[in-house]
Amino acid sequence: MAPVATTFFFYFLSALALAGGVFVITRRNPVHSALALIVTLLALAGIYLMLYAPFVAGVQIILYAGGIMVLFLFVIMLVDVGRAEKERQFNRQWVVAIISATGLGVLFVKVFANSKIMAQLMNKPLPTLAESNNTQIVGQGLYGNYMLAFEVASLLLLVAIIGAVVMAKKKI
Amino acid sequence: MLDYITSYLHSDLTPGQAGNMLWATVYILIVFAGISLAVVAMNWLERKALAHMQVRLGPMRVGPHGLLQPIADAVKLLIKEDIIPSEADKLVFWIAPLMVVTAAFTTYIVVPFGPTHAITDMNIGILFMLGVSSLGVLGIVMAGWASNSHYPLIGGLRSSAQMVSYEVAMGLAVVSAVLMTSMNATGIGTLSMIGIVNAQKDQGIWFAFKYFPLGFIALAVFGVAMVAETNRAPFDLPEAESELTAGFHTEYSGLRWSLFMLGEYAAMIAVSSVAVTLWLGGWLRPFPNWLSGQPWDLIFSLFPAATFLVLAAIAALGVLRMPKHAYFRVQTIGLAGFAGVLGLIGLVLLIPPVRDRVEDIYWFVIKVAAFMYLYIWYRATFPRYRFDQLMKVGWKVLLPVALGALIATAVVGVL
Repeated sequence: MAPVATTFFFYFLSALALAGGVFVITRRNPVHSALALIVTLLALAGIYLMLYAPFVAGVQIILYAGGIMVLFLFVIMLVDVGRAEKERQFNRQWVVAIISATGLGVLFVKVFANSKIMAQLMNKPLPTLAESNNTQIVGQGLYGNYMLAFEVASLLLLVAIIGAVVMAKKKI
Repeated sequence: MLDYITSYLHSDLTPGQAGNMLWATVYILIVFAGISLAVVAMNWLERKALAHMQVRLGPMRVGPHGLLQPIADAVKLLIKEDIIPSEADKLVFWIAPLMVVTAAFTTYIVVPFGPTHAITDMNIGILFMLGVSSLGVLGIVMAGWASNSHYPLIGGLRSSAQMVSYEVAMGLAVVSAVLMTSMNATGIGTLSMIGIVNAQKDQGIWFAFKYFPLGFIALAVFGVAMVAETNRAPFDLPEAESELTAGFHTEYSGLRWSLFMLGEYAAMIAVSSVAVTLWLGGWLRPFPNWLSGQPWDLIFSLFPAATFLVLAAIAALGVLRMPKHAYFRVQTIGLAGFAGVLGLIGLVLLIPPVRDRVEDIYWFVIKVAAFMYLYIWYRATFPRYRFDQLMKVGWKVLLPVALGALIATAVVGVL
């Protein structure tokens, strides 16, 4: 099958994701921020698709865009947005944010430019990944090689769920 | 150019897989037009069937037996004043109905109407379908919030809670069907919609009847969850008219309101086609093993034509039973013309090449239509659930049952 992953799509989706991300932090209205976040998540799903990882893309749409964002909106809608907009914001930490973001950016660029592994990766021809058995590979990875990590993570989530139930309900 | 057009006709792939943009566009247009037409027909059929179940006549005025009522309704909605409340969040208010419609229609990209009659086949088909249809709830929540009014807000809240709850049971039921696709010699399953139907064909059994009653339980769980997912009676709490006027779309009017309706019905057809694909053999005809062989193949391939001819006969009977009065002359001629068109379609479907191409689409559509009739039937039969009952059914009944069916399927499959 001819590759559909053209550079245009990459730049388009990246721009969409970045624009969504900027809107998330600049909008004062939390619902608008949440909607911008949905755009970002969907753009990321498109990028996963371009990386020949359709399973990850599908899960991204189901879990993040369809599940978690609905819960986000659910909570935000219960907040009185009109009042929240007028209230003094406590998240004005421009200086710290800019310093840490620049630091992280410089670190990324340094690693990207200097790393030997990166250079090796860049010189290698692009691996031709089979798109069709992506789901099987993910499944084998989760339930084969990384079984323990997967189970530990699910145990952690279970504990979190039980904790939430205990905190929310006085009498069980 | 001509080669490009004809080359696809000899391939055994869907246009998306063949990478043929032209035919993909043609398929998209056909499918979307067909779905819109089905929504219009469903609108008329629902009002009519519901009326007859309640011993009423239903729409009778516009056209014979109210056949033109949907067109009249559409015109009414298009020319109605489109109001945006002054305190509403304009942008979100605008996007919400578009989101619902887009999500509902995008799912049809992977719906397999036949082995090659799908816009495309993705190897994550069912995941894509569930994921995109779960985006529709965002539109409903946005509509509820953007209206800046009490009833829509409560409707939107209810809807989000309901959909998130029932998605879990729905997903588990789907997983147990996907698990059944891997019960073959290689032990490799598939998520592609066409692959799932092919698995049922290869295993010689529809998944609703596999490991009876496990497949059937999963189908039943899905059947309940899908009614809740599409906000239909008896789970239509987001738009419970006795409590919330019209729920999340109270403030919507005219074209935008009709977009919500379009999205709702399109989503109903979409989830019905998921149920048909996963459990009822998709485009496969009934009894492929029991009633096999040349004569039976021929008989079953005559079904589409027979259906249209029977419909034509019913319409013709309607022509005869029309009151013989000058006032009804136009209607009688119109109905006779309708009967003629139906009969003509029936005759065209008798031509062997057409017959073979159309048969799989027919079986798929007829199964989906059965589900759509169930929707109407539920609406006429069941009283609306209370919200706590709804949550109880979702979390305490459907979720454990679906989980149990999944585990049992896995155990039986390994044995």
